[in-house]
Amino acid sequence: MPRLKVESDIKNIGMEGNMSLSLKVWRQSNKDAAGGFENYKLDHVSPDMSFLEMFDVLNEQLIEEGKEPVSFDHDCREGICGACSMYINGRPHGPLRGVTTCQLHMRSFKDGDTIVVEPWRAQAFPVIKDLVVDRDAFDRVISAGGFVSVNTGNAQDANALPIAKEAADDAFAAAACIGCGACVAACKNASAMLFVSAKISQLALLPQGQAERSIRAEKMVAQMDAEGFGACTNTGACSAECPKEISLENIARMNREYIGAKFSSSAV
Amino acid sequence: MSWFSQTLTSSIGKKLLMALTGLFLISFLVIHATINAMIFYNDGGETFSHWGHFMGTNPIIRTLEIGLVAGFIIHIADGLLLWKNNRDARPVKYAVNNAAANSTWYSRSMGLLGTLLLIFLVIHTSHFWIPNRSNQFVTGEELNLYQMMLDIFQNPVVVLIYVLGCISLFWHLLHGFKSAFQSLGLNHVKYNGAISFVGTAFSIIVPLLFALMPISIYLGWVK
Repeated sequence: MPRLKVESDIKNIGMEGNMSLSLKVWRQSNKDAAGGFENYKLDHVSPDMSFLEMFDVLNEQLIEEGKEPVSFDHDCREGICGACSMYINGRPHGPLRGVTTCQLHMRSFKDGDTIVVEPWRAQAFPVIKDLVVDRDAFDRVISAGGFVSVNTGNAQDANALPIAKEAADDAFAAAACIGCGACVAACKNASAMLFVSAKISQLALLPQGQAERSIRAEKMVAQMDAEGFGACTNTGACSAECPKEISLENIARMNREYIGAKFSSSAV
Repeated sequence: MSWFSQTLTSSIGKKLLMALTGLFLISFLVIHATINAMIFYNDGGETFSHWGHFMGTNPIIRTLEIGLVAGFIIHIADGLLLWKNNRDARPVKYAVNNAAANSTWYSRSMGLLGTLLLIFLVIHTSHFWIPNRSNQFVTGEELNLYQMMLDIFQNPVVVLIYVLGCISLFWHLLHGFKSAFQSLGLNHVKYNGAISFVGTAFSIIVPLLFALMPISIYLGWVK
């Protein structure tokens, strides 16, 4: 939930369209082209618009002017799909903690603000166009082992498999990761460790994940490294910027899983 | 590549090496600071020289010293490798980056702080350790380290360099101590508070103790 500022909300009631903004947006026609910033002016921005709706208005304006609209990723617009990915004023998903760009509203900005919007920057996330980056690297990490390949048949009756409440809670918290890549974007090393550790954790904590536990950790980390993500400096930036507030405990767990697997599994 | 070298050259393996060598170097700092603090007895260096002689001649300590040099080399080489890999992971930088909103400057500056410490280490070892060991190698005799300290720390520029070295050490340890435990996977709600407390206390006490040595000699408190 975005934290609302009571004062500014009261001030803005019934005063729609009262914000004027300057935007500096990264434009890049394709992955090989040299990109650059374009400046845009937007008037009549409602404080109740989401950040993406503000971009819809900008694109309408650009289309009317006969210009190319800005490409950006979006899908559910309710904070659960992980598609939206904008680096806003130096932070992934903008100034609010625990929200995606689609859940960021213009009331978090002031009239007259200049907002700088860039794509995620990482060697493993090449820019496809404008603000859209290629996040297939995450899919390849999952393909390397982020699944249970045992055929388990139909869903069992509830509580047929006893799972400790604490383990279920931790697994659920890890599984809340939507794979948006804000962790990579925020990390000074463009490291994917928060994402990969959440995916390793959600299965390592549950009985269904035990059969492939070791090989999963080994393969997913190997794929993460092969994709060109950086290493972890434990700055905590990833977790601080994560819209799902995935905990750093997952990275510690992944380190245990990986080191333990490497030194004890039969895979050579 | 064998599974072992595969492990140690992976991103997590490199961090494992950084953590293990880092904690080993921290254990060295405890010994180094304790023995050097003997100068505060202010007994003309008698106690200090007694323990200095033990450290410089005891065969077990001298063997461990090889491990210490290896520890430094691995920590430095691995750190430089990580720095390069991490820099390559983001070839295009952000035009606007508000990193202060999500992390501390010193946690993001371990490479810089480590480089400052490396420069300090070169200056420091060329003052004491290298001349002493080369003399031992050539003549079999130890140098009078206490008298060397008294002489070297008469120069205010040298004192300033040592104090700056200690300040770099403070920031490096403030992040490094806790970070080592996280890299080893030791993150637990029961122990995180203790690790954080001990880490902060260690980062303050040890560099402060070290910084007081050149300052005390320069100001004539220790003679």
